[in-house]
Amino acid sequence: MVRVVLPQHLRTLARVHGEVTLDVSGHVTLRTVLDALETRYPMLRGTIRDHVTHKRRVFVRYFACEQDLSHDSPDAPLPEAVANGVEPLLIVGAMAGG
Amino acid sequence: MSGIRLLIGTRKGAFLLTSDGTRKRWDISGLFFAGWEMYHLKGSPADPNRLYASQTSSWFGQVIQRSDDGGKTWNTPDGTPIPTSGSDGMPHGVSNKFVFDTSFETGKPLTTHQWYDGTQRPWEFKRVWHLEPSLTDPDTVYAGVEDAAIFKSTDGGKTWRELAGLRSAKGQLWQPGAGGMCLHTILLGTGYPDRIFVAISAAGTFRSDDAGQTWRPITKGLVSKYELPDPNAEVGHCVHSVTMHPSRPNVLFMQKHWDVLRSDDAGESWHEISGNLPSDFGFPIAVHAHEPNTVYVVPIKSDSEHYPPEGKLRVYRSRTGGNEWEPLTKGLPQQNCYVNILRDAMTVDSLDPCGLYFGTTGGQVYGSADGGDSWEPIVRDLPAVLSVEVQTLE
Repeated sequence: MVRVVLPQHLRTLARVHGEVTLDVSGHVTLRTVLDALETRYPMLRGTIRDHVTHKRRVFVRYFACEQDLSHDSPDAPLPEAVANGVEPLLIVGAMAGG
Repeated sequence: MSGIRLLIGTRKGAFLLTSDGTRKRWDISGLFFAGWEMYHLKGSPADPNRLYASQTSSWFGQVIQRSDDGGKTWNTPDGTPIPTSGSDGMPHGVSNKFVFDTSFETGKPLTTHQWYDGTQRPWEFKRVWHLEPSLTDPDTVYAGVEDAAIFKSTDGGKTWRELAGLRSAKGQLWQPGAGGMCLHTILLGTGYPDRIFVAISAAGTFRSDDAGQTWRPITKGLVSKYELPDPNAEVGHCVHSVTMHPSRPNVLFMQKHWDVLRSDDAGESWHEISGNLPSDFGFPIAVHAHEPNTVYVVPIKSDSEHYPPEGKLRVYRSRTGGNEWEPLTKGLPQQNCYVNILRDAMTVDSLDPCGLYFGTTGGQVYGSADGGDSWEPIVRDLPAVLSVEVQTLE
């Protein structure tokens, strides 16, 4: 079970409160987690990564275990603590305002 | 008794304003989609309970929302959980997906467009500016998007397909205006079921007579002497808005970057009708519901200023189809007013007398229940208003 924390606007869009938990089969990577997330919540497709290229939207970042994963390969394994549900994957909107 | 429902899109969400036919007291519901830019909301003429809304964010992109109960509840059209995958292992459905057509058959030429500096750039989807539901089918709706293109859905907004022939109309010469290269106007021709007009900043106005398969510029008579190296170019004009009266689908009225114009032959040719306007710059243009020759504009100053001349908010009305304009000021601020009225932020209802409504970048929505003779603020302190549409309900 993988835990995912969404930014507030995407929680509203997906109509969820708090963390999202996902069953991810096989390797736990950014790609497989986001695939599972978008399968469960189709309204999130296109809001985190591009519909076609799956490139991360420019104002969205990925963090876990105090690491910035935003620029990692989408097929790189996520930290073990994320894969086994000890730590969440954080999907974060870039800072707005001054 | 008839009623009125206003659909208000703002920089920070959407609102619905409702009234009975007297249009004296208004109920305000919202804020819907808090924090998101709501570029446009519009109801289906074929089913007034079917509403479409464009919800967008620089962070999270484009979302299409739909209501089937007149705005009480909203859903993404294809947003329900999907338990199974398709044969390719990917989920079914393509909610909110606007992808430019790159197929060899229909997407060619795979054009680039002009950037501000004259270099070429590939098309890139940014947002939906305008939603235009079909006149006859609640499940059919068109979307005007940035970078400029038109998409069509025939399943209530679940899936979208580009009508790619439009970009073949000299798309390589189109260029963004200051607000982006947006397709902001879609007019469906009553009496001509296969006719569609669109307008793009800054490309011009285009017409299709075969339901969107092929398109051609309709810009003869447009002159942009300060914006284009060839003032009479076929494409490149910064058209801000086009409208028509349903009973006269060959008569079009246009608010261009500069100039107010009119066509009496479905866009084949245009002539200027700016007449005595204090400024012929502006964004919206509207036609009276029962007087096809009565036209409304809101002049503002430009370049860059984008506020009413002399700080006086004045709607101008022509009862002669243009050239002779009278200021409508009763109830509108006549000093220290520096708001703008954006292109999709003025509309008319179809009651008698005709009602007019417009929203400002200062967050006011003004209404007139007497054809513009007098105005009252319906609400004053919304976020900047991006769009105002009206439904006249039986």
